Amino acid sequence: MRNEAQVTNMLVSLNPSLNDPVVATRSATPRCPTMSWLPIAPDFRGDLRAALDAPRPTDCLENLASLASFRLGFLETIQIDRALSRLGLKEAPGFLPIRLAILASSTIDHLLPAIRVAGLRRRLLIDVHSGAYGQYRQDLLDPTSSLHQFAPQTTLFSITAREALAAVPLTATAAEVDGTIARLIGELRSLWRKARENANAAIIQQTFINVTESLFGSYDRLVAGAPARVVARLNDELCEAAAQDGVLLLDIARASERDGLDAWFDAGRWFQGKLEIAPQAAPLYGDMVVRTLAAHRGLSKKCLVLDLDNTLWGGVVGDDGLEGIILGEGSAVGEAHLALQCHAKQLKERGVILAVCSKNEAGIAEAVFREHPEMVLRRSDIAAFVANWDDKVENLKIIATRLNIGIDSLVFVDDNPVERARVRQSLPMVAVPELPDDAAQYVRCLAEAGYFEAVAFTSEDRQRAEQYAANAEREALLASAQSMDDFLRGLEMSVVFGPFTAVDHARIVQLINKTNQFNTTTRRYTSEGIADLINLPSALTLQFRLLDRIGDNGLVSTMILRPTSEDEGVLELENWVMSCRVFGRQLEFEAMNIAVEAARRRGAKAFIADYIATPKNHVISTLYQSLGFAAVNGSATRWFLDLEGYMALNTQIARAGATIHAGAQDDA
Amino acid sequence: MPEHRMTHDEILSAFTHIVRDLLLDDSIVLTMETRREDVPYWDSFNYINFIVAVEIKFGVKFKVADIESFVNVGAIVAETAKMLT
Repeated sequence: MRNEAQVTNMLVSLNPSLNDPVVATRSATPRCPTMSWLPIAPDFRGDLRAALDAPRPTDCLENLASLASFRLGFLETIQIDRALSRLGLKEAPGFLPIRLAILASSTIDHLLPAIRVAGLRRRLLIDVHSGAYGQYRQDLLDPTSSLHQFAPQTTLFSITAREALAAVPLTATAAEVDGTIARLIGELRSLWRKARENANAAIIQQTFINVTESLFGSYDRLVAGAPARVVARLNDELCEAAAQDGVLLLDIARASERDGLDAWFDAGRWFQGKLEIAPQAAPLYGDMVVRTLAAHRGLSKKCLVLDLDNTLWGGVVGDDGLEGIILGEGSAVGEAHLALQCHAKQLKERGVILAVCSKNEAGIAEAVFREHPEMVLRRSDIAAFVANWDDKVENLKIIATRLNIGIDSLVFVDDNPVERARVRQSLPMVAVPELPDDAAQYVRCLAEAGYFEAVAFTSEDRQRAEQYAANAEREALLASAQSMDDFLRGLEMSVVFGPFTAVDHARIVQLINKTNQFNTTTRRYTSEGIADLINLPSALTLQFRLLDRIGDNGLVSTMILRPTSEDEGVLELENWVMSCRVFGRQLEFEAMNIAVEAARRRGAKAFIADYIATPKNHVISTLYQSLGFAAVNGSATRWFLDLEGYMALNTQIARAGATIHAGAQDDA
Repeated sequence: MPEHRMTHDEILSAFTHIVRDLLLDDSIVLTMETRREDVPYWDSFNYINFIVAVEIKFGVKFKVADIESFVNVGAIVAETAKMLT
């Protein structure tokens, strides 16, 4: 049981904007998940009203997006959403519009504000469509339904386990349970297919919260037909099917275990209005939905930037010395800091880039990584190490530049509230978790924020850390080279290329959807869309891996070309992406040489290509010009290349196409 | 925090703030006699939202039977005050 002081604290932290006296109670209290990584708004009520006073709707929207970045409870979320709906904006500069449909078997109206508000937090303007609950099958099958007219880009299946539970009698044998679950999952898969056929939409499937009550006690786990056991099995099979079908998961079952079932499910709400997800869980639910949407569009964070003193270890190394800092076994504080290091190391293993940003003497700070026996993170784990006495805002910019990633890909972890406030103020696009005072809670705070939400785990992810380390080696080589040509020659580069294949499917989807800088059209493709391209003879797809004497850079570039409808001798280069890891290596030239050769072999005579400018792809604004394309009607956005007159561009990259058969799709 | 038992008027005032926030309308004034249909846009959906907001703010849980039978704001105030004692 909580004591009264704790209850009071919980209420205050949930509702910081309300200053009315609050009295603790001995009656049951609602359990609320809190988004502890977000800072508390100093004066929410006043700020909201001020936000709406801005002269232009787009300014109001910016203000609301700033407010959405604070810790919001259920009531604050509704207010921001109401203010948002009054603006009536369908699009706005700097916000990505997304059409999301939700197919539900319970009431979800109370979840929609939280999805839109969480969208603002990540600069997405989400238009949500929801049909009547329980009508989702009809909506999917009826071509005249409002769902079809809405044409969602993403469809979320938010269904409960209740139907499945009704189909399984308690006395069912294990085989009968298996059969029923297989049939239900099979039906669901056909609905996923239907949703895809209709709109080529990405699919998100929510896991089943286990709201069942115990019948046998612990023995539930041993009875095939026991409701708790059935839901657990359903989730297992659901995840298996989702993996096979390239469906994204929204794991609210896990979240409800983390926060406690009472925080996510309230039987009273179910009886009152068929609400399967408790209203107080809505803000977190919305954030989880939007994380998945963002991850699917390559908008998850990429780099964890760590402060050192009192973050990675206890104490201040400049004052306390290498021997004086608190780290590792033997001290609870030391173990807590070590736990953060272990978490960072695991993030690195899954492909997150690590950086250090600390106010310290560089030599003293680096010595800890090299010499302290308890350090889990080593100097080689850190891709960018910045320790000096300069402003951290400037240092974060330097880190982003050095790693060649957007500054909005950074998460900045610092125990010092002054540094956090300063970075939030100057760089609102950097995620800055509100680290709790207790070091023991650092990992939980960082992990629950979901900054690094993933929709795949590819071999590229596993190797990314080594590739960044190899890049540091290449930079050293560049520093010692006489000239750029000298450097490129010294790298002994070769390219392996070929059409898209099933083996590389996951990496191709990931590369296209995560790449924002070298991305000619920022057109996104679903997993199924890429699978279809692999089997489409008329499409010319190309993937490129770049190797050099330091290592394999991996699959770093893809091209998708299709004959235009007017003239099949003209191929439209509808998307071309390249990883920022290999910028400045002439790969774009060699890739174009290869594309031209492959296109000529199939009899094509010209390429047409769009450059669609975004806030992030300025780096390639002159790409087509440099490759010899001509502007169509003097436009800077549409480009034309005559293949007959094309002269191969000179590069330092050799062809090593043996492992993948080179050339066009129909050669494969 | 010192022991402080909220009066019915204080609870009513807090309710007014909640409904103003919920509907984003600072002109709303609740009285003990106010019924849901007296407040524009306070529909059944926002009624549940209101109940949830009160439960979170005061740290109480209403019984489903009570939620179905409240006749006016005063009844909700009275029940809240009862749970706070």
